[in-house]
Amino acid sequence: MWKIVKQIARTGMRTEAPPESDDALRVEAEAIQRGIIDILGRALAIRQVDAGSCNGCELEIHALNNPYYNIEGLGIKFVASPRHADMLLVTGPVSRNMELALRRTWDAAPDPKLVVAVGDCGCTGGIFGESYASCGRVSNVIPVNVAVPGCPPPPIEILRGILTAVRRFESPQILKR
Amino acid sequence: MRIGGLDIDVDCLSAPLPVFHGRVTPEGWSAVASAMNDVGGRLLTLWGADRRRNGGGGYAICAAYAVSEGLLWVELPLAGPDATYPDLSPSFAFANRMQRAVADLVGLHAEGAADERPWLNHGAWPARFLPLQQDAFAGPRPLALPVGDYPFVRVEGDGVHEIPVGPVHAGIIEPGHFRFSIVGEKVLRLEERLGYVHKGIEQRFTHLPPLEAHRLAGRVSGDSTVAFAWAYCMALESAAGAEIPARAAWLRALMLERERVANHLGDLGALGNDAGLAFGLAQFSRLREDWLRESGEGFGHRLMMDCVVPGGTARNLDGFTADRMVAHCDAVEREVQTLRRIYEEHAGLQDRLIATGRVQPELAARLGLTGLAGRASGQAVDLRCDHLWPPYDALDARMATHRNGDVAARVTLRFEETLESLRLIRAICARLPGGAVHSQVVLPVTDACGAGWIEGWRGEVFVALELEVERDTVRIRRCHCHDPSWQNWPVLEHAVIGNIVPDFPLINKSFNLSYSGHDL
Repeated sequence: MWKIVKQIARTGMRTEAPPESDDALRVEAEAIQRGIIDILGRALAIRQVDAGSCNGCELEIHALNNPYYNIEGLGIKFVASPRHADMLLVTGPVSRNMELALRRTWDAAPDPKLVVAVGDCGCTGGIFGESYASCGRVSNVIPVNVAVPGCPPPPIEILRGILTAVRRFESPQILKR
Repeated sequence: MRIGGLDIDVDCLSAPLPVFHGRVTPEGWSAVASAMNDVGGRLLTLWGADRRRNGGGGYAICAAYAVSEGLLWVELPLAGPDATYPDLSPSFAFANRMQRAVADLVGLHAEGAADERPWLNHGAWPARFLPLQQDAFAGPRPLALPVGDYPFVRVEGDGVHEIPVGPVHAGIIEPGHFRFSIVGEKVLRLEERLGYVHKGIEQRFTHLPPLEAHRLAGRVSGDSTVAFAWAYCMALESAAGAEIPARAAWLRALMLERERVANHLGDLGALGNDAGLAFGLAQFSRLREDWLRESGEGFGHRLMMDCVVPGGTARNLDGFTADRMVAHCDAVEREVQTLRRIYEEHAGLQDRLIATGRVQPELAARLGLTGLAGRASGQAVDLRCDHLWPPYDALDARMATHRNGDVAARVTLRFEETLESLRLIRAICARLPGGAVHSQVVLPVTDACGAGWIEGWRGEVFVALELEVERDTVRIRRCHCHDPSWQNWPVLEHAVIGNIVPDFPLINKSFNLSYSGHDL
């Protein structure tokens, strides 16, 4: 046990400031966090859906959970069910074989909900495009609020996309949907 | 030539690894399979090709075997789509799913196969639409249909019930479906249904120029982007008879070892976490992040996508960065050693890992378990050690193997391979040859084929490439990509038998198989 404690103490705090290492943005991120709490009364809950990606985007979404990005510290948590989610984080060109599962996941998330498409494939269909097996971009299947380009986008860009979507969440049009 | 105790007429392809290519008759097809089985050869992969255009002939079913002499690529020409080929599953059980995939994609069927359920076609396109037949390449897209049900094998008996899981999983994971038949919390049977992320990669290859398709190969499975891009480039260079500069081969190996370390660090953290040790995830995910950032600085991409290109590598590595990588390897090694001691001395953790999800060496050999998981079950195969090819012939890579075949063995193997890869990275940085990192690849003027074979972090990755020349333009006629997950997914079904359902995530993670690399 003492070895674990020693390793933790030696590692120290590794968490970095949220996107744009500027302090101005730190304030902004905290304002967003307050916004999340004002609107939802709790943390932002995200359900990630791989709708056909190569797994590259998943690796970088995973990285958001490491101590450097510390998204739970920002009030953002990945949840196991779409029924617990405020936001779907969707990757991949949507494969035909996943189209129905993605629609059902979207239906299962309570309103109002947000969708962030992650990666070039989620934004445009990417190198896979549209074919007999691929529906292409995520917005061909479910409505998308924010699209984050990149192949895969680095974690900081994914975080920026999530925060951008939350800010849009404050706009009345989306709340009415 | 004599391969695997069999006299067979083959050509030797120009490739860094020994690759032989030959045609067989239907009798020869079965004879090769049983001979390979007898000498302990492995079926690497199976695929079908339609070569009707441009006088390429009819159809062909191809198989690649790995034996001590190298890789044997045999093909059996078939006259029409109705022609069948002899079933390979009696010799190699895992051939079954590959044969079902060939039926779904090319329409060629194995004669007498016991299981002919569609595998990649979930009903979203008509069964008569065969995406790898050449008329499907240019024709209209088929009607979109709703996906259908799958006839899972039912387990009957008192108190048996089913748990369906997926395709959308409760985590940040790729999609697939697992059907558990259980009594209480004990697993009687697991049946997998995959194919959810099938996105038509092999058809897409035929639309891309050969010199650009390495980008697609690098997206077959995002965690193995270097391995697949290298295998594709090796296949293309082999078809074109092109040589790459020595420095490029060394840099490719550097990236491949970096990819191995990145994945092992991620898995070691996730395995600790799945057994309730969140500390492990926090520590290893920090190390992995440092590692990816350094890859990003050195090669311009955190996962090193598009860094291996036909003819060499996209970027050079300067001496300053190489020195920094060496210093970083020293630091990571110290940290990994500390964490390894913590893992090994943590009774609660070891209690979850030891004897969980065990695959005995005999079962592993019979089912064809390969790669990292195979080495943890006594299957001593590692391309970096089994053949002499640059730059591994100069590096003396040491293979790690264990015989316990449980989650603990797969964890230990990852620790050992991480340390060995750190050593290799330091050796590569210290002895990196000078010169260019890229040379022009001149495409062939006639139809040609090539093969690429790489030991990725998960196991052997293989790419078979056929080029055809049409009105002075070189096109990809067929590009088949193989991930070792094809072999290992069926073994996972066996590994969980008798374990409790809550241990499944841990067992699954210890294999960490690819969905995208399998579904294509």
